[in-house]
Amino acid sequence: MMKTLLEIKNLKTHFFTHEGVVKAVDGVSLKVDRGKTLGIVGESGSGKSVTALSILRLIPQPPGKIIGGEIYFEGQDLLKLDNKEIRKIRGKKISMIFQEPMTSLDPVFTIGHEIIETIQLHQGLNKKEAREKALEILKIVGIPDVEKRIDSYPHELSGGMRQRVMIAMALSCHPTLLIADEPTTALDVTIQAQIIKLINDLKKRFHTSVILITHDLGVIAEMCDYVAVMYAGQVVEYAEVFTLFEKSLHPYTQGLSKSIPRLNKEVEKLQVIPGMVPNLLNLPPGCPFHPRCSYNFEKCRSENPELIEIEDSHLVKCHLFTEKR
Amino acid sequence: MEKLVEVKNLKKWFLIGKSPLGKKELVKAVDGVSFYIEKKEILGLVGESGCGKTTCGKAILRIINPTAGEIFFNGQDISHLSRKEMLKFRKRMMIIYQDPFGSLDPRMSIGTTIAEPMEVHKIGSKKEQEERVIQIMEKVGLFPDQINRFPHEFSGGQRQRIGIARALATNPEFIVADECVSALDVSIQAQIINLLQNLQKEFGLTLLFVAHDLSVIKHICDRIAVMYLGKIVETAPKNDLFNHPKHPYTQALLSAIPIPDPKMRGKREILMGDVPSPINPPSGCRFHTRCPLVKQICKEEEPSLKSSNNIHYVACHLVN
Ligand SMILES: Nc1ncnc2c1ncn2[C@@H]1O[C@H](COP(=O)(O)OP(=O)(O)O)[C@@H](O)[C@H]1O
Ligand SMILES: Nc1ncnc2c1ncn2[C@@H]1O[C@H](COP(=O)(O)OP(=O)(O)O)[C@@H](O)[C@H]1O
Ligand code: SF4
Ligand SMILES: [Mg+2]
Ligand SMILES: [Mg+2]
Repeated sequence: MMKTLLEIKNLKTHFFTHEGVVKAVDGVSLKVDRGKTLGIVGESGSGKSVTALSILRLIPQPPGKIIGGEIYFEGQDLLKLDNKEIRKIRGKKISMIFQEPMTSLDPVFTIGHEIIETIQLHQGLNKKEAREKALEILKIVGIPDVEKRIDSYPHELSGGMRQRVMIAMALSCHPTLLIADEPTTALDVTIQAQIIKLINDLKKRFHTSVILITHDLGVIAEMCDYVAVMYAGQVVEYAEVFTLFEKSLHPYTQGLSKSIPRLNKEVEKLQVIPGMVPNLLNLPPGCPFHPRCSYNFEKCRSENPELIEIEDSHLVKCHLFTEKR
Repeated sequence: MEKLVEVKNLKKWFLIGKSPLGKKELVKAVDGVSFYIEKKEILGLVGESGCGKTTCGKAILRIINPTAGEIFFNGQDISHLSRKEMLKFRKRMMIIYQDPFGSLDPRMSIGTTIAEPMEVHKIGSKKEQEERVIQIMEKVGLFPDQINRFPHEFSGGQRQRIGIARALATNPEFIVADECVSALDVSIQAQIINLLQNLQKEFGLTLLFVAHDLSVIKHICDRIAVMYLGKIVETAPKNDLFNHPKHPYTQALLSAIPIPDPKMRGKREILMGDVPSPINPPSGCRFHTRCPLVKQICKEEEPSLKSSNNIHYVACHLVN
């Protein structure tokens, strides 16, 4: 079996709006190894969700369109599949969970109904067998009192319980890849800790690979093996998690890391990254980070650097490092 | 040290309708909290969503009327003042909201938005108001030439600056900052935190800083109060609270925070279960349904907030 499960090469997903072309994802490259968790971190609007939705080909078209790149999953380019083939991958081999489970659970159906239907659809079981399976998986994700809870409606559950149901649904067909888009962002910290542990445990138990999208470096440190840092639709740094926290190279990654208050380290003043993220309709020329970067020099203002491998599995997109090569 | 704000046994209950048996149903959002804030102090109020932080902040400012309890501002009990009597206090105490998008009137220019509290309290002439607006805009990092622009033309971080400018316009002594950095991206959050710290020093502000993020609270506050289901379970100076948390809930809350350092991974105790509903909160200690140390007494008797040194207060049978 190949070590790499998913590899994205130079993905470009743009939105063609009246105001102009939003380059939401503009040359993203990353990979996910089997059984590993890749974190995608970045501020809002940096293209994390659009990257995830592109993998599943769920970009609303129009206005969106994947205009370039390749997404290899188990060796096969997902962008070349027809609609019928991609539907077989979705939900079965790759499933996704979202930040707010309420919007992705149908309020008129019981949670059991939804899970049973998914299992029947993908595993060809009859209703009774599917119900047994559903009970089993709900138990695994830690829903108490499953026999009763399976007939509850989503609004009768707390946010944490709904997220557990979403995870149960996503895992009901034993996907090879689970994409979790901000799965704990809407939850309180004690509930977040439960869900983080649950996903970490399930990943080991089912040998699932995970793409974990978050804006929280704490969640990244807690869950991920590899990390891709996104800025303005591009991956600016990709590294193994320890490397990223100890030896990050990109000025944006470093800035981000210094701008968060930490429980285990006291500072008088937080260091800030000046300014704000650029408008994706009108990106600055050169490196999109250059207006906020304290290192920026001539070349940064005219030429967009390439993402290059500095060391084994450590890639950086910054002229400070392209120069040295 | 002088206290600027003190609340004693503050309660705010909401009537939310009747149960199927015709009994009145109450949400006891804030159910008997007592604390004080010294002049120029930043008190952090932390707890998970729904525990009553916003209700508490609004009740102190009398934006909503408390059900019971007393609120002292500069030594005077303001809890029973009439609307008219309250007016002279209103300009001295302001609030900054979480949602920079929802809390600004989209039809009002930035200048009008910031000037409005001065207008309401009839402070200064039109010209003086405008001068003050420009002065404050500069203080919070907005450009005076943006004065005639409208909220939709601004990013989230800039809107939060507008909210801060508006709160400062009348030169208040006390500000409730309700999750005012929670919705912001980290790089913008850091800018606003630094701004608040600078303004607090410059104007000698007293702050009730409401948040659910303990790392932010630790960075910015002098003293901290931890809330759970309408009650305060622990208050202490920052370092005491973070280095020696005493209440099992505070301990769990601290342990639950994901630390941005992969070497610390998995080193945590995980609190089981969900926060119970404030409509029918658990008997005795409200935390007993989730507490890893629960004893029989916890289910029967409500612990009160006690201290052995008049600094570090805890409401737990096992600590006191
Ligand atoms: N349907 C859409 N139409 C137009 N623009 C969109 C659409 N969906 C996303 N975008 C834009 O794409 C950019 C990236 O969005 P997203 O991937 O959701 O960011 P993130 O998940 O990192 O917060 C944003 O600027 C967003 O406004
Ligand atoms: N106007 C209201 N009517 C009824 N219930 C309310 C109202 N405002 C708040 N609550 C309830 O009071 C409790 C505390 O809410 P809140 O003070 O907003 O908590 P926090 O700010 O800590 O998240 C919650 O259960 C909430 O649903
Ligand atoms: S390429 Fe230049 S501007 Fe961009 S991050 Fe590197 S040094 Fe900064
Ligand atoms: Mg997103
Ligand atoms: Mg609140």
